[in-house]
Amino acid sequence: MTNAPNTTALVIGAGIAGIQASLDIANSGYPVVLVEREPSIGGHMAQLSETFPTLDCSQCILTPRTVEVGRHENIRLCTYSDVESIRPVDGTSDFAVRIRRRASYVDWQKCTGCGVCQEKCPFKVPSLFERGMGARKLVYTLSPQAVPNKPVIDASNCRYLQSKWDIAAGRAPAVDKQGRPSVPKCGACAKFCPTGAIDWDQQDAFVDLHVGAIVVATGYDLFPLTRLPEYGGGLWPDVLDGLAFERLLAASGPTAGKVKRPSDGAEPRHVVFVQCCGSRDPQRGVPHCSKICCMYVAKQAMLYKHRVHDGSATVFYIDVRAGGKGYEEFVTRAQEEDGVVYLRGKVSKIYPDDGHLVIKGVDTLSQKVVDLRADMVVLATAAIPQSDSGTVRDLLGLECDAGGFLSARDDELAPVETGIPGVYLAGTVLGPKDIPETVAQASGAAAKVLARFRQRLLEAAGAAA
Amino acid sequence: MAASYSYFPGCTLSTTARGYDESGRAICEALGIRLEELKEWNCCGATFPLSVENVMDMVGPARVLIAAKDKEADLATLCAVCFHVLRRTERYLSTHGEAADRLNQFLDKGHYASGLRVRHLLGILRDDVGWEAVSARVSSPLGGMKIAPYYGCMLLRPQIEIDLDDSEGPSVLGELLAALGAEVVPFPHATECCGSFLVVQEPDATQSLSTSVVESARRAGAALLVTACPLCQYNLDRAQTTAGSKPKIPVVYFTQVMAAAFGLAEHAGELRLAEAQR
Repeated sequence: MTNAPNTTALVIGAGIAGIQASLDIANSGYPVVLVEREPSIGGHMAQLSETFPTLDCSQCILTPRTVEVGRHENIRLCTYSDVESIRPVDGTSDFAVRIRRRASYVDWQKCTGCGVCQEKCPFKVPSLFERGMGARKLVYTLSPQAVPNKPVIDASNCRYLQSKWDIAAGRAPAVDKQGRPSVPKCGACAKFCPTGAIDWDQQDAFVDLHVGAIVVATGYDLFPLTRLPEYGGGLWPDVLDGLAFERLLAASGPTAGKVKRPSDGAEPRHVVFVQCCGSRDPQRGVPHCSKICCMYVAKQAMLYKHRVHDGSATVFYIDVRAGGKGYEEFVTRAQEEDGVVYLRGKVSKIYPDDGHLVIKGVDTLSQKVVDLRADMVVLATAAIPQSDSGTVRDLLGLECDAGGFLSARDDELAPVETGIPGVYLAGTVLGPKDIPETVAQASGAAAKVLARFRQRLLEAAGAAA
Repeated sequence: MAASYSYFPGCTLSTTARGYDESGRAICEALGIRLEELKEWNCCGATFPLSVENVMDMVGPARVLIAAKDKEADLATLCAVCFHVLRRTERYLSTHGEAADRLNQFLDKGHYASGLRVRHLLGILRDDVGWEAVSARVSSPLGGMKIAPYYGCMLLRPQIEIDLDDSEGPSVLGELLAALGAEVVPFPHATECCGSFLVVQEPDATQSLSTSVVESARRAGAALLVTACPLCQYNLDRAQTTAGSKPKIPVVYFTQVMAAAFGLAEHAGELRLAEAQR
């Protein structure tokens, strides 16, 4: 068996697409290496409060899968890692892959995930996972349900590491006033860690391996709020994007599911949602429809009404695109049962006034200019490619569309294949899509990987016979 | 720094907004910017040439462009409306060859093809002079005077054609005021329309728009409003006179604020009054 075909799959990105593809491949008996750059897996789905149209708790339906990934005997999980290079292996159709495991400064073999370090770390910074709605410590996991449940140290902010490096580089004195060698400040996490898992000298490590197939599932990002200055994006704290509002709704979020204004912690009495912010806007370079916003805005407005019964929710929309099983009914339910007011028209400006936000818009059905006062505004910003989506694209030499989303070999008949045999795509890296479609696509990509592996095995058996 | 520019004052700066013209020339001299006024010029046509799709209405601005093109220097403007009209006309003619040809047949003094850079003094100060040089010239710092920068619309929009600053989140006036030692007071109506020429036909509409701008600046704590447009200046001032109920916030040109900071008090306009109230 010297020439056993390579039947290991590399999956890049551990959002719901990468998780689904990994589980499908691994459950069929083939090894998977799953690479994720964040400290833990789950992607954007882990940030959501509830999913549409069923209003399932996102964390609750995701966690069984993340846990399964974490424990699966066929899945090797590389979190806090980046794909460094991908090269063809001569004489085969395999890929030689190098993965950089970034230094976490925590020895995950020793770490039991007890969380004492996070408790004892005296410093906090705004959490990107919480979209700035909450803070995290400098040694942290993304959430209490994190898989793997092992923390990483934020080296760029960590007092100990920074002072250690300052001393080493001569930016800080090497000896103190008493002439003793300087010691780095803080180190609280290391002092309290019961297993001595903090490893200040840890370096980036590399994993080299050969794989027979690759699934790219690196996902999407949101159009930056700061590019919407007329809506006060990034200027007024109570103007949020959809993911930030998800964190306020989430039971596991920074407010434990209570809707509170970032500015003063008050419960907003009126929330205005604005759809198509940045998307369907060729002037801003995003001509496409982000596809998920009509549904998640209906969901968020509905959930807000469930949390704040006497509050009011208003949605500005161009048109409601609720194509999907049970989707139109869901939007109707938001309007009729939960009393969400839908105004057809765009918003021209949002600005603060006397503790409120003024929303200047137009209702094109009654043909009137409307001036609303609200306590919070949620902008449904465009789904766009990850800012560094070009990295994996260039490593593999893949094609992308004008908007930067990766292109399939054939949009109609080969929607998860690429021009490179053995490389497949799944999820929002191809374009905006919702969870059911993402999962179906991930299973499709996994089926392609399995077919490729099975064919390789059959060919090898045939050659041996 | 002795950069030289052609200069188009325009009608308003030669009549009702003379203070804008004089302060503009004074601060340019102080900064070593040479402004050479076009020998012969006519009205830019205000917004009229751009309001209908007829290239023949661009005769006015085209004549100005031709006069400036001979100079082979960038054309500097102060009035936001003149800047807007000349810049957009230049862009239109240089990208619509056929229309330009037709227009040129009716012009008596040469013809216009393309290539003139129409610039606003704010852009020249930022890009050619630099805030450091402006700051270095300050002799009477404004001592943290609370000034709200008001842009209006003509100076910035449409961004793709005007290209002076971000039309929704502009910063050039604020950067200038900061360089002069003022406390910049941002306010949400900085890029709203003042009502513009509607003051002639529908003064009530202008009154309401201008009032919302002034009151927004007042709530933000501004002691002074700064503009780059004579019509904005007129409307914001007039709205306060008409309302008459609250103390007036002086509305001055950015060049007058610069004159005050440069110690050129005779060109500081109403700023002297504001100084006194401080």
